[in-house]
Amino acid sequence: MATEAMEQLARREYKQGFVTDIESDTVPPGLDESVIAFISQKKGEPQWMLDWRLEAYHQWLKMTSPSWAHLDYPPIDYQAISYFSAPKKPEDRPQSLDEVDPKLLETYEKLGIPLHERAALAGVAVDAVFDSVSVTTTFREKLAEAGVIFCSISEAIREYPELVRQYLGTVVPQGDNYFAALNSAVFTDGSFVYIPEGVTCPMELSTYFRINAANTGQFERTLIVCDKRAQVSYLEGCTAPQRDENQLHAAVVELVALEDAYIKYSTVQNWYPGDEDGKGGIYNFVTKRGDCRGDRSRISWTQVETGSAITWKYPSCLLRGNESKGEFYSVAVTNGRQQADTGTKMIHIGKNTSSTIVSKGIAAGKSNQSYRGLVKVSPRATGSRNFTQCDSLLIGDKCGAHTFPYQEIGNSRSTIEHEATTSKIGDDQLFYCKSRGISEEDAVSMIVNGFCKDVFQELPMEFAVEAEALLSVTLEGSVG
Amino acid sequence: MLEIKDLHATVEGSEILKGITLTINPGEVHAIMGPNGAGKSTLSAVLAGRDGYEVTQGTITFDGKDLMEMEVEERAQAGLLMGFQYPVEIPGVKNIYLLKSALNAQRAAQGLEEMPAPEFMKLIKEKIGFMKMDSSFLHRAVNEGFSGGEKKRNEILQMLVLQPKLALLDEIDSGLDIDAMKVVADGVNSLRDENRAILMVTHYQRLLDHITPDQVHVLIDGRIAKSGDRHLAEELEARGYEWVVEEPAA
Repeated sequence: MATEAMEQLARREYKQGFVTDIESDTVPPGLDESVIAFISQKKGEPQWMLDWRLEAYHQWLKMTSPSWAHLDYPPIDYQAISYFSAPKKPEDRPQSLDEVDPKLLETYEKLGIPLHERAALAGVAVDAVFDSVSVTTTFREKLAEAGVIFCSISEAIREYPELVRQYLGTVVPQGDNYFAALNSAVFTDGSFVYIPEGVTCPMELSTYFRINAANTGQFERTLIVCDKRAQVSYLEGCTAPQRDENQLHAAVVELVALEDAYIKYSTVQNWYPGDEDGKGGIYNFVTKRGDCRGDRSRISWTQVETGSAITWKYPSCLLRGNESKGEFYSVAVTNGRQQADTGTKMIHIGKNTSSTIVSKGIAAGKSNQSYRGLVKVSPRATGSRNFTQCDSLLIGDKCGAHTFPYQEIGNSRSTIEHEATTSKIGDDQLFYCKSRGISEEDAVSMIVNGFCKDVFQELPMEFAVEAEALLSVTLEGSVG
Repeated sequence: MLEIKDLHATVEGSEILKGITLTINPGEVHAIMGPNGAGKSTLSAVLAGRDGYEVTQGTITFDGKDLMEMEVEERAQAGLLMGFQYPVEIPGVKNIYLLKSALNAQRAAQGLEEMPAPEFMKLIKEKIGFMKMDSSFLHRAVNEGFSGGEKKRNEILQMLVLQPKLALLDEIDSGLDIDAMKVVADGVNSLRDENRAILMVTHYQRLLDHITPDQVHVLIDGRIAKSGDRHLAEELEARGYEWVVEEPAA
């Protein structure tokens, strides 16, 4: 339904007059200016937006894919990707749950995903997704009363161009990095949130509730702006393993917190990690950055990363306002042949700024993961503080965990603390639990959850419960 | 309750247990003593189901079931519980969480619902009081940073909560001072009743001053060389193990 509405909208606003045939739903693989123009036109965007995209594209052309991460994957052929494709037609999708991989269904069952949602997650052609129209309506009314804007980024570009233009790209500039530049050129969907001055968002915002979140696509763009003294808690993702036809995902998330504002951004990432050999898994190259622009503002990132074949992700905070605060709480779990290079950057610019980093990495199977973190304190950021705790837990002896902490401290009146540990779930520990009647699976999840509790307690309640279940499923069969 | 017949077991190819036969009935307390290397800890390990120990001959029956067919956790759920000499530390996992998981696993195996929280807290409070432990123990990570005595108390605390049919105590007295020894012994003695049995493996007679066994067995070179009542332990304390070897097996 939503797709149809979008199509109509796109058709209606087809007046800028681009050359590409608007009737077509999919562009052939490859990337050039005409493809970008096609996307922009399909989305009914104003000229400035197209110009912005093209500018990003030209910067991207001059860049090369980063190679510093501790990751191993074949080169990506960007000309082999189709940058705009309409969602699969219902007749091309599985017609019922009977046609879906039983393993996937088993996982949904274990995660306690309600029956009526399983079909939607598995990509089955269902009309009424989650039966959520009424939920969404009440939800929208409540937000509108508070003056909160929460819509797709495409809608925001059309309906609130001034706001978008004022903030888009101000945290993650078009040419920030290779993947961000690509995203800026071709992003097709994502969310936009604006919380007006002094407003505490009356509910937790979740992409789950955004009605057209169903096909957010591989180049998602999210922009969240919290005006002075405003607060919001935003949840991204889904604990169920999500399949996607697109292997490369390169999202950009920008957060802006003005004076005394507080943004809490929680993610559960569970993209398809591929089969046992890692084939078909998602490459997740994300740029997430928060800008504590105003004094005493605060941005908190909490992430639980369990999916994807490859994860490249460093949610960061620019602490520009005096006394602003940045936080990063992360649990990254890799199993099978997954690879993750993740961490954060805390850039202290304002005076008396503080940051907290708590990173918990769990590696099992033949997986590999790295924590990569930068704490940078500028010369004028006096009285700043950072606390970093970075722990790794290994399960089995074929996996690897690495830590790459970078610190650049520009003044002597700041305090930096760094703690790191690496431990292993030992056979002795498992035996001990089993000798108490606890099954091996429950023992692993008990130990892992104990290891992660500092991070889980930062998650919103219902997410925390799901995250625990998710970890057990991800690590299933990792021992033995 | 426990019937061991002609048990032979090897570790890394060499035979350590060379034909042990032992019957423990409900209500009985047995002690196994013996010099270093006699096979005491191998016997405990085989009963507990530790990896790396291969039973090459003989049978072990627990409550009518073939113990060797049971997984480690099934043994515990069925009521065979091991108190370790060196309990392992599990950072991040609170003691109370381990107790709760263990108790509920046992209840699930018996087809019972999880114990309601208030009832569980009441039970735990009573048991830690009995073991003269501070309630802060419950919120510390399992065995992490515990002294030797605290670890042993914690092992017995688990027994009091889980109420095993057969408690196996492996060198439970090692590293205990007199006061801790008394608390541990009181804990073990409180488990004694006509439906339960206890098997202690120990080096020293000292423990047996506090927990009086019904039978004492001397394990030498993988076989039970002599069995007797508690006076046998006193004799061993006085004369050492040498003389047992020289006399024909009982």
